Amino acid sequence: MKYLKFVLIGIAFGIVMFKSEAASWFRIYEMFQFQSFHMYGIIGSALFLGVLGTYLIKKYKLKSIDGEPIKFTPKDKSFSRYMFGGILFGLGWALAGSCPGPIYTLVGAGYLPILVTLAGALIGTFIYGLLRHKLPH
Amino acid sequence: MDWIYEPWPWYVAGPFIAAIMFLLLFGGKNFGMSSNLRTMCSIGGAGKKADFFAFDWKAQRWNLMVVVGAVIGGFIAANFLSKDPAVDINPETVSTLEGLGFQSAGKAYLPDELFATGAFTDPKALAILLIGGLLIGFGARYAGGCTSGHAISGLSNLQLPSLIAVIGFFIGGLVMIHFLFPLIF
Repeated sequence: MKYLKFVLIGIAFGIVMFKSEAASWFRIYEMFQFQSFHMYGIIGSALFLGVLGTYLIKKYKLKSIDGEPIKFTPKDKSFSRYMFGGILFGLGWALAGSCPGPIYTLVGAGYLPILVTLAGALIGTFIYGLLRHKLPH
Repeated sequence: MDWIYEPWPWYVAGPFIAAIMFLLLFGGKNFGMSSNLRTMCSIGGAGKKADFFAFDWKAQRWNLMVVVGAVIGGFIAANFLSKDPAVDINPETVSTLEGLGFQSAGKAYLPDELFATGAFTDPKALAILLIGGLLIGFGARYAGGCTSGHAISGLSNLQLPSLIAVIGFFIGGLVMIHFLFPLIF
């Protein structure tokens, strides 16, 4: 039962990804053409509230439901891995028109060819694991 | 309640996504979807091939439950919460896409050319979906996160690395759509 709340959070996430059209290939293309505010509005408003809430959690040292302090792990300082990895991710995001969250949502929505993208993403993750020590980070 | 069947506007979706991030934080977890791909590789035995996958994946079970939920959520949204899934994109975008051969632009949720069942027997569509996936999986792990981990969680915590990653996401996306799409389609 302790996992049920995560399934419910996932269901809410899946519904909002589909209904907001953030899981639509067309919306991603339109975003990179700068021909609609829609995706920028979604990311921007999520971020505005995200920054505000994260600030409040830190300021008031809020705790999780388990009573533990909420921890934010700082990302390792680097440039190359974020820039090179980011560019590769962006190329894939625009080509397949979905990022890792919406991939699962589209499986549920019945667009089965997205399973090919999911398989590719798993293979890509595996290749990264094999090559990790040879890449600049 | 008719609004629920219409596409949800950005000012509903954005705060909704922020709420999901905070629910996970108050649950003692972090919002990040691409790390599940690493977990799935580990479950599949990839730890024998690369130390990157030799970790206690069981600690990540909660995130796999989010994935299960995301699949169920997609099913519910597509089957019970949508009347007409066509995405009403900008008419200029529609005509650009029609010029590239996407006749379903403005009429469907996803391009039929890539996501209708016929895509399984179209080598070009398969290659596009597979290569897109490879780049997503490799790039997300190399960058240490995807849209949820960097663009939402990381930037909310004002992390410079996440800003670099998000700039990278956009460079990659813009290069793909403006320079590579005319060559591919």
